Amino acid sequence: MIADDGNFDEMFDGSGQTRPAYAEYCRWYDEQPAEFLRRKNSEADDSFRRTGITFNVYGEDAAEERLIPFDMVPRIITAGEWRRLSRGIEQRVRALNSFLYDLYHRQEIVRAGRLPARLLQSNDAWLANMVGFTPPGGIYTHIVGIDLVRTGPDEFFVLEDNARTPSGVSYMLENRETMMGMFPDLFSRIAVESVSNYPRRLARSLAACVPPAFTGGKPTVAVLTPGIFNSAYFEHAFLADQMGAELVEGSDLRVVEGRVQMRTTRGYKPIDVLYRRVDDDYLDPLSFNPDSMLGVPGIMDVYRSGGITIANAPGTGVADDKAIYSFMPDIVEFYTGEKPLLPNVQTWRCADKDSLAYVLDNLAELVVKEVHGSGGYGMLIGPTSSKREIAAFREKLIAKPDNYIAQPTLALSTCPIYTRAGLAPRHLDLRPFVLVSPEGIDITPGGLTRVALKKGSLVVNSSQGGGTKDTWVLKD
Amino acid sequence: MLGRTANGLFWMFRYLERAENTARLLDAALRMALTRDLATAEAEWRSVIATLGLQRAYDAAHDGYDAQSVWNFVLRDPSNPGNVRAMFGAVRSNARTARTNISSDVWEAVNDNWMKIDAMLSRPVGQTAVGEVLGAIRRAGTQVHGAFDGSMLRDDGYHFSRAGTFIERADSTARILDMKYFLLLPSLSYVGSSLDTGQWEQVLRSVAGARVYSWLNAGKIEARGIVEFLVLDDRFPRSLAFCRNALRDCLAALARNHGVEGSCHALMRDADTRISHLTVEQIFEAGLHEFLIDFLARDAAIARAIAEDYRFHA
Repeated sequence: MIADDGNFDEMFDGSGQTRPAYAEYCRWYDEQPAEFLRRKNSEADDSFRRTGITFNVYGEDAAEERLIPFDMVPRIITAGEWRRLSRGIEQRVRALNSFLYDLYHRQEIVRAGRLPARLLQSNDAWLANMVGFTPPGGIYTHIVGIDLVRTGPDEFFVLEDNARTPSGVSYMLENRETMMGMFPDLFSRIAVESVSNYPRRLARSLAACVPPAFTGGKPTVAVLTPGIFNSAYFEHAFLADQMGAELVEGSDLRVVEGRVQMRTTRGYKPIDVLYRRVDDDYLDPLSFNPDSMLGVPGIMDVYRSGGITIANAPGTGVADDKAIYSFMPDIVEFYTGEKPLLPNVQTWRCADKDSLAYVLDNLAELVVKEVHGSGGYGMLIGPTSSKREIAAFREKLIAKPDNYIAQPTLALSTCPIYTRAGLAPRHLDLRPFVLVSPEGIDITPGGLTRVALKKGSLVVNSSQGGGTKDTWVLKD
Repeated sequence: MLGRTANGLFWMFRYLERAENTARLLDAALRMALTRDLATAEAEWRSVIATLGLQRAYDAAHDGYDAQSVWNFVLRDPSNPGNVRAMFGAVRSNARTARTNISSDVWEAVNDNWMKIDAMLSRPVGQTAVGEVLGAIRRAGTQVHGAFDGSMLRDDGYHFSRAGTFIERADSTARILDMKYFLLLPSLSYVGSSLDTGQWEQVLRSVAGARVYSWLNAGKIEARGIVEFLVLDDRFPRSLAFCRNALRDCLAALARNHGVEGSCHALMRDADTRISHLTVEQIFEAGLHEFLIDFLARDAAIARAIAEDYRFHA
């Protein structure tokens, strides 16, 4: 079987031969009776439903909960590939933290003329009250998700940095649990790096970032969730549960005696490290959105006076901006003094006149994204859009060019998914999860593989009909 | 533990208990209606609605008390916001709220049963399906309690959960008893007179006590014995005395763990003095109805005090 659009397929080479990474898996697959695979495929859904791994879809009935479709064919990465990737990821994450520190301090990179000041001024995620403040341990991005795409045997690109609040790690963990439950024999035949200690590593990483007010003993870590109607509530509860942390909502918290404290049955108790899954805007109604019911009035004052660690630090979203992204190769070089190990995807900033002209001329071939967008919303994929969609998007682009960047439509790699008719190639990406603490940078081998389930589709977002796969990094 | 989480556990188990008790009540009425004439059957369904405190909402939506209208109203009708389907929704959303303080076994038992029951109650329940639906609701309670006993750490969360269970259960038993007493024994002069044993058997059935009562009393059905059994027999897990004992143990454990007593402990002691050493004769003398009303009020006051003492709300 050959990838039908000529793109690089990770399982089969151009002549239909199985690539070495998948050799043992394919041998196993071919030994399985078709009926067994069919049964396992439907069991997977039941198992996810029973565990309650669902997400709520915005704009639909509040009670509506959906499963992210799971594909039972693993995505496999060799030990060598992973070593190269993780070196590049580590370098990028190191640069991101130095960059954020610099942005909120002396802005050397702007002074050096390597980044235009206007990018910061126009950046919605920029937080003036982070200026001059250094978070505990100097860490801004405690948890980072780096979105990677692949186009060839050695061609990996960074598509996006998620420095704000990357989600999806619970799927990485549950996908593995599900695979081990369904196919134990596979794991005895193939040595796969474990991912299951991620929650422990996260707990350790967070506990290493205690604030100055920490009084000793065991640090109190809490996960702040917007509540049970949030689309990622399952993940928030899952992580809190696995870490042995409290799962708190804004209404549980209050500033008492200069600390952020949670209302327990024994009275108020201070929190040392808050892993918040609430956006900056909602974090503190006194500092940001005054209508927010999700945050804690006064938490920013406590933060700035050393009473609590907030992970990730407020204001890190600056780095998620796609206009900033286009400068990442410069940023990496500026702070690490090294050439970037992982390349960016070529990016045209529509704010530049020449780039805009090029983009307008080539809309039908390009992918155009909003600078602050995420989740696959508000983007144009030229090659799969109709003339009318392109014309409508052109209007938006001309009205607000600063708001957009454009990239070539990548020949994203494929990996087969299981269908009733057999294996069928689908496009995918990869989001490894990276933990940062004063003790170092810790990358869990693998990550979340998102896969477009529709034939030919390049959009892997779960909100747009994407699914997930278990991601294997092979042991040497 | 967070006050909000304690509240979640407390209400998760109250709703679970309420759903199970409601199913038992319907089951008993169903059986009763099958063995009686039409007029008695209608009175029976009417008393189910009255016991559940749904009279006004039901009358606003329906003209008569036919069996299917009543059980559909109680089980799933959107015009009854306290229907069993909504109770299971509340069990699950409270379990989600308290997810980090319950074991995976408990969560999966809740989630599994919710999926099953929510699907069953998404359509009107017909004559042939109702038995199966009521059975599924009862088994949901059994499965969650089983997972709970076998896998939960015996810490504060355990005691808040049990406090919810026994407050709700006592409330339910007291209401069922009060409703039947009121219907059947409007004045003291009836006490001891020849009874409609079918009605009393039905009371016992709706608290899952019919078989065990007959076994204890050699099949002799009489008001005094039944009241003694349901109020004072602390061996029977749905009696008022049993629920009070269990609640007392939960509160004592919470006081030990927290190192301090709250207003709920004072109320509990006060309530204890009203029921301990009481004989069934004394209850009848002062009036069973009066006794039950007082019991219900104290039960509710203890529940409010628990929420207050343990900071359930901001």
